[in-house]
Amino acid sequence: MTTILQLTMYGLQLGSIYALIALGYTMVYGIIGLINFAHGDFLMVGAFIVFFLVQALGGGHIPYILVAAVIIIGMVLTGLLGVATERIAYKPLRKKPRLSALITAIGVSMFLENFPRALPFIGPAPRPFPELFPMRDFNIGGVGTNSVQLLMIAFSIILMIGLHYITTRTKVGSQMRAVQFDKDAAALMGINVNNVISITFFIGAALAAAGGVFYSSIYPMIDVYMGIWLGTKAFVAAVLGGIGDIRGAMIGGFIMGVAEVLATAVNSDLGYGAGFVILILILLFKPAGIMGKFTIEKV
Amino acid sequence: MKKVLSILLVLIMTLSLFGCGSAATSGNPKEIKIGVVSPISGQSAIAGEYIKNGIELIADQLAKDGGLDVKGTKIPVKFLYEDNEAKPDATANVFRKLIDQDKVIAIVGPDMSKCILAGGPIAQASKIPAIGTFTTNEKVTQIGDFLFRACFIDPFQGKVMAQYAADTIGAKTAAILYNNADDYSKGLMENFKKAFEEKGGKVVEAQAYGGADVKDFNAQLTKIKAANPEVLFMPNQFGEVPLQMKQARQMGITAQFLGGDSWDSPDVPNIAGVDIVEGSAFDAAFSPDDPSPICKDFVKRYKDKYGKNPNSNAVLAYEAAMVVLEGIKNAETLDGQGVRDAMAKIENLEVPSGTITFDANRNPVKGAVVNVYKGGVPSYVTTINPN
Repeated sequence: MTTILQLTMYGLQLGSIYALIALGYTMVYGIIGLINFAHGDFLMVGAFIVFFLVQALGGGHIPYILVAAVIIIGMVLTGLLGVATERIAYKPLRKKPRLSALITAIGVSMFLENFPRALPFIGPAPRPFPELFPMRDFNIGGVGTNSVQLLMIAFSIILMIGLHYITTRTKVGSQMRAVQFDKDAAALMGINVNNVISITFFIGAALAAAGGVFYSSIYPMIDVYMGIWLGTKAFVAAVLGGIGDIRGAMIGGFIMGVAEVLATAVNSDLGYGAGFVILILILLFKPAGIMGKFTIEKV
Repeated sequence: MKKVLSILLVLIMTLSLFGCGSAATSGNPKEIKIGVVSPISGQSAIAGEYIKNGIELIADQLAKDGGLDVKGTKIPVKFLYEDNEAKPDATANVFRKLIDQDKVIAIVGPDMSKCILAGGPIAQASKIPAIGTFTTNEKVTQIGDFLFRACFIDPFQGKVMAQYAADTIGAKTAAILYNNADDYSKGLMENFKKAFEEKGGKVVEAQAYGGADVKDFNAQLTKIKAANPEVLFMPNQFGEVPLQMKQARQMGITAQFLGGDSWDSPDVPNIAGVDIVEGSAFDAAFSPDDPSPICKDFVKRYKDKYGKNPNSNAVLAYEAAMVVLEGIKNAETLDGQGVRDAMAKIENLEVPSGTITFDANRNPVKGAVVNVYKGGVPSYVTTINPN
């Protein structure tokens, strides 16, 4: 029993990261119908920005107030990169067939992976990520965990709730939902569609950066390719939960994380594919994902 | 403007065709082309960097000498670098390109067994010798008589570490964490298990994970912790090992870590942390502390040029290129067949990590060193010879 609880704990930790990244996929898809394959790479960029900022501050342990500042700067810079990416790569293709934008997204992803790799001060080598948060081990009824794991799960949930609040309770959020519903009608109502899409990309990329920092704090090794695998898994989580739906992304992420860890514990040879098996099963019975709505024409 | 440009392009293309034709028809080659296949991009790009560095050392030497001395005439040698992204399908593509378009006489690399297993059959069919650098899987040279390798083979490595665990450490129980998507990792796992159990030890847990991009090993390690082994064998790539070590220690696994020659990178202690790797042992093709003069000279030249110590990737690429050059020097005919025959006959070729003599299966007969991490630096412990 303790073992199962312990494994679930590890699963939640992994799942909270999946969920956080899946949110970005889902948001962008929900609003402009584009699957932004470069999303996983925003995560990498965020982690690297924080890595270099911490190094510039002398590396190692830095005061917590600075940690918060560094993470926020990382999120903002990555957010701006997201906005720039949208302006340069996706906006010119907005009226073109979806496939063009999809291929462009793959291109952006490759660029973001390989351009930093070619820069001499980044390069292909993996690097150790600094310890930003206090590490203390706990043991609750035989289930071992540590402060970083708990903090990450808590932060992820806070960010997700915050995002839910923004989209449902604020003016920007209602504009987003209006654009999601009908771009042209929203424009006619006086909504600046370009701005709304930029904000969406900003939030999505900033969340990815936060996800990158959290992820690197738990698995303290970063390299320019770290976004590929995470991006794929998070994308599956988003589809599993119902792409376009924020609650769905959260649920999908947690299901993926827990299922993967439990399945690996049962048979380590097959565990890696567990998430995909669940995806297929759910899509067989609910083609739009767990929270997805059936719509004839997704806007 | 576009028209002019396109006409120009056509002209250039046509001219380049003439260029190819004249080079191919001339009897005495103006230069010898050798293909080098390594992961320049992708997850193993660091290995690719070391390989290129090793080859460049030889290229520099050749440029200084004015070319390779082939029976009295100096012929310039050109190394053509191709990127295989550490992927089997990409390897097959670049093998085809090097052989069909660039007309290389031999291919050095790639460094991974799974990659040369995809590219090797092409070289075999085209009768172009290919020598893998770090391709330790047994099956590599079984592809055909045009396949060579510069390193020892997996069964030997698994045996070395099993022998070290059972005899030197005196361990009775072992656990294994391996990558079931990697032929190298699987090969070492199987051979370690076999050799360790032959010595009377017991493998209490063997856990797999599904690829280089897995970063979470908590599920596997939970089971390994429950089995409480004395040593934990992790024959995985150096990009994967640091997180495995960290997560294992975090969970409270106290077993001594053992690994294969893939650990031979300064990044392992760098990323995992000096106190976490302390006492972990791995086997390697070569140690920069080896006192032989040819090794010392190699290490010095490498350090002068790149400012750091060479690792096994660099040494093995250097040695593979040496084998090819030796083959070209002694070849009766300057073509794939001639070079292959001369390479197969190589005996006691002095290389930085020892001497190379090929056995009937074109595997070099050479020993392995065992290193243990002390204060974050691998220090030479013992040499285990083939028997």
